[in-house]
Amino acid sequence: MWKRRAKAILINAELILVSIIVLIPVIWIVMSSFNKGQNLSTASFIPKELTLSNYTQLFKETEFGSWFFNSLSVATLNALISVILILLTAWIVSRFKFKGKKTGLLTLLVLSMFPSFLSMTAVYTLFIVFELVNKPIALVILYAAGAIPYNVWLVKGYIDGIPSSLDEAAYIDGSSKLNTFVRIIVPMSTPIIVYCAVSQFMMPWMDYIIPNLLLTGNKNKTVAVGLYSMISNDQNANFTLFAAGAVLVAVPITIMYLLFQKFLVQGIVAGASKE
Amino acid sequence: MILFLLQLIFVGTEIFSGYLLEALSGQITHFSFRLHGGFFTKGIWGLITLGEKEGGKNGDHSTMLLITGIIAVMVLLVVMGIYLFNIRDAYKTGKLLDETGHCPTTKEYFKNTYSKFFAYVILIPIVIYIMFIVIMPIIFAILTAFTNYNTNHLPPGNLISWVGFSNFKKLFQIPIWSSTFFSVLRWTVVWAVLATFTTYFFGMFQAILLNSKYTKCKTLYRGIMILPWAIPQLISLLVFRNFLNGQFGPVSKFLMDIGLTDHRIAFLADPFIAKITILVVNLWLGFPMFMIMIQGILSNIDKSLYEAAEIDGGGGFKIFRFITLPLVLRATAPLIVMNLAGNFNGFGIIYFLTNGGPVNSSYQFAGDTDILISWIYKLTLEQKLYDMAAVMNIMIFILIAVVSIWNFRRTQAFKEV
Repeated sequence: MWKRRAKAILINAELILVSIIVLIPVIWIVMSSFNKGQNLSTASFIPKELTLSNYTQLFKETEFGSWFFNSLSVATLNALISVILILLTAWIVSRFKFKGKKTGLLTLLVLSMFPSFLSMTAVYTLFIVFELVNKPIALVILYAAGAIPYNVWLVKGYIDGIPSSLDEAAYIDGSSKLNTFVRIIVPMSTPIIVYCAVSQFMMPWMDYIIPNLLLTGNKNKTVAVGLYSMISNDQNANFTLFAAGAVLVAVPITIMYLLFQKFLVQGIVAGASKE
Repeated sequence: MILFLLQLIFVGTEIFSGYLLEALSGQITHFSFRLHGGFFTKGIWGLITLGEKEGGKNGDHSTMLLITGIIAVMVLLVVMGIYLFNIRDAYKTGKLLDETGHCPTTKEYFKNTYSKFFAYVILIPIVIYIMFIVIMPIIFAILTAFTNYNTNHLPPGNLISWVGFSNFKKLFQIPIWSSTFFSVLRWTVVWAVLATFTTYFFGMFQAILLNSKYTKCKTLYRGIMILPWAIPQLISLLVFRNFLNGQFGPVSKFLMDIGLTDHRIAFLADPFIAKITILVVNLWLGFPMFMIMIQGILSNIDKSLYEAAEIDGGGGFKIFRFITLPLVLRATAPLIVMNLAGNFNGFGIIYFLTNGGPVNSSYQFAGDTDILISWIYKLTLEQKLYDMAAVMNIMIFILIAVVSIWNFRRTQAFKEV
């Protein structure tokens, strides 16, 4: 009995401790965003005075509004286009037999592991030729292409699991290929589609390297580049402003993550499940 | 010229036998050859020479030439592929004609092709898109390793030329390059292994505690601990960068206030402390993912296994060692390898926390906490030493690709192809 109680206390104490450690930075940044001072050294855990001035200043004095809009539009478009491309490719790869399927897919997967900074110089030149530099759509083109290799494997694995007798039945009833795809395959693979859509939606919010290279000019920035530029030059000066921006971005994304966590976990497991 | 003649003959035969589709594709290839007559020859010329006339506006732009060269070769290969395919197709229909004495009409043929090559029809645009955006840049990056494309040879002002393997030799023979490379590589490996295993085992530990029958309000704890996974990583990293700032940050101020130290601690500026800090921050960021995964696995383990073990007199630790651990390890092995590869190229955490710093003067353009990928970033974007960065890129790529393929071949998704 005594031993059991000690165990219970220890376990709960550890969990409380870890929870506190997890929460401290989170609470700190939220509190800082309501802080009256401007800089890092005066931002305190328990501000003497709470104020919303950082938030209003964020929209008045910086381009945060357009950064946010840029990120939002890139994220939405990216989710949409990526999902369509991934799903179509995965369906074809899963249901049709043709030469060079396995080799092609594997080559693509391996190539996609190539570190990307250097190839970015080539992409940059290509985009200059097509006059895509400085347009947020350029990001979508890159992200969607980058998403294909891994996700096609993932979704293909999922579609393989849908019994093909279903589509054969549809073909016998005179359904066309595309119709079968839309009516049978798409509804049956909703969980994995949600995973792809959500992960592709999240990604542009936090990618720094590519938008930093391709988009110049303050107005064209995405949120990630904008926030980083706030603290990279002088860490101390704009801190509370940064905190407000960070909170504004993090809150909706975090909520989305928590809402879709079931699908996200399923997606990660699907990519790594062993026999 | 020969190709053109072949195309002419080809088009002639196609029209003669009345295969509209082939004629169309034949004509298109023929047309593009004429239209871009200079494109392919110039592309290949550019790829081989990388330009001959140096300087400014009227000179040759080597990078441009390299890129158009790659595109030209890629297009040529595709056209050749289509061409071979057409010949085979014409041969097949011809054979069919000999056997049945019936010539399929265009409409029939079209329908046939549609159902047979439906897959190709949909895939070809996607493949072209990927070739341009993914494959062409990678080929460019690989080829750069064999040129002298660096800060001394920047187009359009200067020409780039092929230098063979001399960049690779430079990496291993010039002391400052090789010593930096091996030091950075050592820290990269140490970092990747430690980062993965600390998060993995801490995540497992938390998962086991959460699943314990003594734990109260499981959902609350889980909800809190899941936060680092849900909060966008870049935000967390930038917050930590400020949180742990040696000069102004609250943590070092707090430690001073409670009297633990009498001076500010440079969490991110001292070589050794910075490495520890990075690992600790990574633990904060990374453990929830493994915790969630392992919790899922734990709840799927057959309860009767534990009961049987208890009857056989196994203690808590023994049960963990011989039942829980092997089962969890087995189920998460691919995830561990994926995480290892991810950490090996974990650019974000290094770049946003310390920027690779503090700068180490005995290194070639690298700091103490730089891993290979962040070093490559500096070489590419700050130093403009594209040639050396490309060499390093290839090395990393080989390493990661071998490990990942080995790992991937063992997963479910691969076996079902």
